[in-house]
Amino acid sequence: MSEERFPISVTVNGEPHRLDVPARLSLADLLREGLRLTGTHLGCEHGACGACTVLVDGASARACLMLAVQADGRSITTVEGLERAGRLHPLQQALADHHGLQCGFCTPGVLMTLVELLDASPSPSEAEIRMALAGHHCRCTGYQGMVEAALSLSGGAGTDR
Amino acid sequence: MTAAEAPAWLGRRVPRIEDAALLRGRGQFVGDIVRPGMLHARFVRSPVAHGRLHSLDAVAARRAPGVRGVFTAEELRPHLTSLDLAVAMPAGAIRHVVNPRVLAADEVCYAGEAVALVVADTPHEAEDAAALVQLDIEALPPVLDPGAALEPGAPRARLGCADNLLARFTVAYGEVAPAFEAAPHVFRDRFRLHKGGGHSVETRGVLAEHDRVDDMLTVWSSAQMPHRNKGVICAALGRAEDRVRVVAPDVGGGFGPKFVCYPEDVAVPLAALLLGRPVRWIEDRRENFAATTAERDQLWDVEVAADAQGRLFGLRGRLLHDHGADTPYGIALPQNSATNLLGPYVLPAYRLEISVALTNKVAATPTRGAGRPQGTFVMERMLDRIADELGLGRDEVRRRNLIPPSAMPYRTPLTTRDGAAMIYDSGDYPACMADALRLAGYEDFRARQRDAREAGRHIGIGLSNYVEGTSRGPFETAAISIGPSGQVVLSTGASAQGQGTATVLAQVCAGVLDMDPARITVRTGDTAAIAQGLGAFASRQGPVAGAAVLQAARLVREKALLAASHLLEAAPEDLELVNGAVRIRGIPADRLSLGQVAQVLQGMPGFPLPPGLSPGLSSSVAWQPEALSYANGTHVAEVMVDPETGGITLLRYLVVHDSGRLLNPSLAEGQILGGVVHGIGHALLEETLFDAQGVPATLGYPAYRLPSAPILPRIEIHHRETPTPLNPLGAKGVGEGGTIPAAAAIVAAVEDALRPARIRITQLPVTPRRLRALLAAA
Repeated sequence: MSEERFPISVTVNGEPHRLDVPARLSLADLLREGLRLTGTHLGCEHGACGACTVLVDGASARACLMLAVQADGRSITTVEGLERAGRLHPLQQALADHHGLQCGFCTPGVLMTLVELLDASPSPSEAEIRMALAGHHCRCTGYQGMVEAALSLSGGAGTDR
Repeated sequence: MTAAEAPAWLGRRVPRIEDAALLRGRGQFVGDIVRPGMLHARFVRSPVAHGRLHSLDAVAARRAPGVRGVFTAEELRPHLTSLDLAVAMPAGAIRHVVNPRVLAADEVCYAGEAVALVVADTPHEAEDAAALVQLDIEALPPVLDPGAALEPGAPRARLGCADNLLARFTVAYGEVAPAFEAAPHVFRDRFRLHKGGGHSVETRGVLAEHDRVDDMLTVWSSAQMPHRNKGVICAALGRAEDRVRVVAPDVGGGFGPKFVCYPEDVAVPLAALLLGRPVRWIEDRRENFAATTAERDQLWDVEVAADAQGRLFGLRGRLLHDHGADTPYGIALPQNSATNLLGPYVLPAYRLEISVALTNKVAATPTRGAGRPQGTFVMERMLDRIADELGLGRDEVRRRNLIPPSAMPYRTPLTTRDGAAMIYDSGDYPACMADALRLAGYEDFRARQRDAREAGRHIGIGLSNYVEGTSRGPFETAAISIGPSGQVVLSTGASAQGQGTATVLAQVCAGVLDMDPARITVRTGDTAAIAQGLGAFASRQGPVAGAAVLQAARLVREKALLAASHLLEAAPEDLELVNGAVRIRGIPADRLSLGQVAQVLQGMPGFPLPPGLSPGLSSSVAWQPEALSYANGTHVAEVMVDPETGGITLLRYLVVHDSGRLLNPSLAEGQILGGVVHGIGHALLEETLFDAQGVPATLGYPAYRLPSAPILPRIEIHHRETPTPLNPLGAKGVGEGGTIPAAAAIVAAVEDALRPARIRITQLPVTPRRLRALLAAA
């Protein structure tokens, strides 16, 4: 394998990494194959389904549309980084409580988007939650449990990590 | 349930035992599994819908960096018992046996059909090399329109078939011609009913590894029916059944297409065998559009006969079904459409002639609802037509035709595909519809509609009833095993794609063994866990696998009590199983854990087991349902239509459904929600398109439109529970009922919103463009 590689420094879930990556490697493939963080899923690889959503410096991004080299100097949070000291993030718990997941394939991306939403606006309305979820495909749940999960935390009832 | 059992876990909203891993990103989907030395596969696919494959030049691909092997049909053929994959569900009406091929050899019959397999060190290298494979294909005229396909002299979709008529059959009963002659009213319609794909967010994927030490071929596959995949792989590769294991690990949604055993399910394991290395293939989304089976078009030409009161005399017509290029799953799809048309109504005479056309497109196989939504759509829309033409309420026409509860069990004049009589076992259809109308405020709607219209808003209401044959056999399996560790392991032939299968089966088991379901290990979708199994199709796993688990758990319970009676020196009837331990009634201290009982039943060299007992605290059951059990329900949709743009807004959606006894209401509601939203996509959004040459034109999103959160209303679900006598749990299936009536209810509401303009919507999906065209013509 003779592909040219480029050095990057990236922090993933609080842990710094120095890596040499090919130019065409996507951030999603770096996370999944390089760092074995397979919670970030690939459903369409063209930025439509949202399963690969991660936070880049706190802002949601499609890991399938971002190159690993673009993550140089950035801090990435994936679904594996949501738990704190063995405790589920309140949104993770809320999704379970409100039957907001079934097959679980879209769930990691949905979690990252809703974490971003609730961090930015602690009391989103149902319409705002649904709009935030517009960038996610879920074929199982009809999104209803996700909406209810986010609503249950709306109003500052526990968005802190 | 016997009184001694603890039914406490059934019917409860027990939290899912699946969630802990999935929420943490620790699921193990096929694409997450890595094996040592694993290589990556990429398929080369036909770029044209139909052509002669003259040659294939893989020289450059073989020399490309990282490439470990390039395989064509000719190279795989010597290692296969046949290049054809044995057809699933043969039917007498099928005229041409057109099995899928592991790789196409000399003719390509749809764009996306696999012709070669490239295996390399990385996915990038495999994809780069696949692009270097040169195909010499002589394009042939593609057969795309199912009607034109059956014209005399039409080009052939497959050179090996004399014509394009894959199957022709008739579903009929009663005196149809006299019914139409006697009927005061006959109405005719033509429908073009498109239904799209499964669109699980996880695509397909296969990982195969051959262990030379024990000659075991293990295949991890995102499959709904791993036991059948194993059977197909064994047959294709000529391997003994104990030397192939198929595992469906976490599966990211199924919805039908994943119950097909695909060419890739054989080609990837064969490549792993030939290369002596694990090989993984993960389908990309373009491939999913092009090469994963989906539903497509049905053209219905029907007329309905009724009297002046709107009572049905008969229905007759023709159904033309766009089948695609090969037959991986028989002709179940149009069969379901034809038989489900009856719905919950008394239809005295019926005749439908079904023609199934071969076309140069990927095969049409069932997605959620499996052809039933189309049959339901036709019946429901013809009832609306009768109501509108005769000036009757759409609800009233239905009321006059519903099967009364006094007629249960109701023997329809039809047979199911196994030849058995189609008998609706239980349910109160009029009460179900009455519940829905009351909860939806149907009576008040006309006033609300008038008020809205005065305010410039066009709102409408629609309703639709359905039945669904669920719990299809012939069987499902469950085995329970408890060892000295006390760990309860429940293995089943059922497979899970998000339904909560493990949770609901653990609930059934936990009720019998009186323990927390979370303490039960449930193994689904692994042929090594249990020898026989069927898997996920036809809304069946909760009731059918559930009944197997119930019986298996009862056997284990009886055995534990009998063994403990010897050990505790008490009569079995003086013992009880409480919180996972056997104890003497009234003497809680005298107890034996299930692990201790299992220890004794494991035996000690030279010492006999307690009398009358066989080794092991375990049981294995295959439960066979005697017939389908029929779920039913009523959906009511309220919409707002903008006549200027043709835009449709869903204002309200209400479901009353009856799937017998609910095992876990949250899981049942989850199935209904997903099903309804799939039906909303069917009604308004989802359409697979092909260009004039038959090449898929929808190869991504949002070219293909899926329902998204902002367009959906809060869906209201109300339960009725009429236990089925056909199942010891009283439960019926719930997987597809959400989808079946949705399009009919929504389309009815759209028409209603546009009154007094009398538009008639006969094509799905109802896009704004189509609606504007109908309004312009009205």
